[in-house]
Amino acid sequence: MELAEAIILAVLAASTPLLIAATGELVTERSGVLNLGVEGMMIVGAACGFAGAWLTGSIFIGALFGIAAGTLMSLIFALMALGLAVNQVATGLALTILGVGLSGLIGAGFVGERITPAVHLTIPGLTDIPLIGRVLFGEDAFVYFSIALIIGVWWFLYRSRAGLILRACGDNHVSAHALGYPVLRIRTFAVMFGGACAGLAGAYLPLAYTPFFIPGMTAGRGWIALALVVFSSWRPGRLVVGAYLFGAVTILQLHAQGWGVGIPSQFMSALPYLATVTVLVLLSRTRTGGSTAPAALGTVFVPDR
Amino acid sequence: MRKTLLALAAGLLLSGSVSAASAADKLKVGFIYLGPIGDLGWTYQHDLARQALVKELGDKIETTYLENVPEGPDAERAIEQLVRAGNKLIFTTSFGYMDPTLKVAKKYPNVHFEHSTGYKRDKNMSTYSAKWYQGRYIQGLIAAKMSKSGVLGYIGSFPIPEVVSGINATILAAQTINPNIKVKIIWANTWFDPGKEADAAKALIDQGADVIMQHTDSPAAMQIASERGKLAFGQDSEMIKFGPKTQLTSILDTWGPYYIARVKAELDGAWKSEDTWGGLDSHMFAMAPYTNMPDDVKKMAEDAQAAITAGKLHPFKCPVLGQDGKEVECKGGANLADGQILGMNFYVKGIDDKLPGK
Repeated sequence: MELAEAIILAVLAASTPLLIAATGELVTERSGVLNLGVEGMMIVGAACGFAGAWLTGSIFIGALFGIAAGTLMSLIFALMALGLAVNQVATGLALTILGVGLSGLIGAGFVGERITPAVHLTIPGLTDIPLIGRVLFGEDAFVYFSIALIIGVWWFLYRSRAGLILRACGDNHVSAHALGYPVLRIRTFAVMFGGACAGLAGAYLPLAYTPFFIPGMTAGRGWIALALVVFSSWRPGRLVVGAYLFGAVTILQLHAQGWGVGIPSQFMSALPYLATVTVLVLLSRTRTGGSTAPAALGTVFVPDR
Repeated sequence: MRKTLLALAAGLLLSGSVSAASAADKLKVGFIYLGPIGDLGWTYQHDLARQALVKELGDKIETTYLENVPEGPDAERAIEQLVRAGNKLIFTTSFGYMDPTLKVAKKYPNVHFEHSTGYKRDKNMSTYSAKWYQGRYIQGLIAAKMSKSGVLGYIGSFPIPEVVSGINATILAAQTINPNIKVKIIWANTWFDPGKEADAAKALIDQGADVIMQHTDSPAAMQIASERGKLAFGQDSEMIKFGPKTQLTSILDTWGPYYIARVKAELDGAWKSEDTWGGLDSHMFAMAPYTNMPDDVKKMAEDAQAAITAGKLHPFKCPVLGQDGKEVECKGGANLADGQILGMNFYVKGIDDKLPGK
């Protein structure tokens, strides 16, 4: 019972940064922009988030620093890929390389420092319920926020007019432009949202997951978030399934090793990727079939004025 | 305008040649690092040693380092870059640089190379490593004394001989204190991923381990153990900041004396290709202060350290029993031979787990 609760708690902690970063990238890609710089924006978010929290002593301000840093990074991308119509793939990769270096520079003075991690909710009575108490009523604010965020994004994309317009830009920017929508401005906001989410996801690592900053601490999570967006076929619901499944298999394979089940650990380490890809591909085959990628994803748009 | 440009160009040329002339008097020493120098672990310790080198011989040498160099073919380019920049002695500080270093060494016979933790050598390529298993043995003694649950948690990186011999040395030591000691092993399959290392530590603690040891590079496991009120050992460098009431000790990589000795040899023209595998006696590594333990445990650890340093105690003293209970062939007389330890690919008796890939 206690072990099950501990596993679920660890799964939520491991999945949350993936979910937040992937949610942001999903919105960016739905507007037709492919930003491969998630890893770079995340790691700068981690460095600035830690710096903010360490300087002010407040996790909340640290999170804001992370969001701001991610947004600023995404503005560089927007300037290049949208403003100057540079190739999006190349710009995104460059953003990652820039981010890794920049975060090392920003974080250099903070390596080896410690902060008190984000507090976990406690509601007397509710948090003490066995098995589900701490899972439902004992998480840190990031976990609750990530769930609110994905619900909000789902509502925005499918239930609001603005979301419809954003998707229109992603599927056919020429038509959206012809209808009078400011395609580049909409895409810029989408890219900024993606950057803000990536920055927050990065900040989650030193503020709640492992409360210290070390260069390179995102360790490829930005790339996993990117892959999750593709394998969820750009749908928020499947993204939630993918992110939690990835986190769950990651944690369970560690436990399986501890129990000594005798399966080679190299295979166990590959399992989260295998399981997530398999399940999401199966999910996307059952209903629609074929590609559901935004039709204009990754293509450059230069409006004729 | 044109005149100014010309003057500027001439000035640049002049300053360029001047700095080259002054640099020519100094021996150029290059370093290739795996991680960022701020990783607080493996690369950080190598850079501390480089700094010690500069402090000692700074008037005679000039050092350059490249950090975050991935292992594999790409490393070759980085090493060659150091050669072309005029470095005459180059330290490549990770196992995965072995083949790239050898390739570049063959191409530039007049440049000397020092490769860390590998086994391939050439006329102009030395190797150096440390007998960390000696430190792991001391940790095993402490762990068995300090564990209340009788379950130790071990986070491994990759199932390579260096890590496997560390696990075996730990459990052999622990068994001398508590014959029924259990060890749970989780392979992270990475040297560095703080999140995953933290998750592994959580899993081990949730499964009943109360002393955590790691062969991965970040202080994440130490921090989790500290949060949960358990005990842990650091890795590569001092991690007590992340667990002031948690760290028992830590194996500290101290490359400084070796680097200074090798550079001095190079300066004197006495550099030779060598295979150095140093233990506690040669100061290739050190143990961090023994903390968070009662005085009798501390004394036991210090005695063991003294005995190993003096060569009176060997972690792999024969007979060593394999997992199947059969005696491992003893090729080194009273102890396992160095080659058997360097290539260790089996678990000793008392480890319930299966070695990956076996």
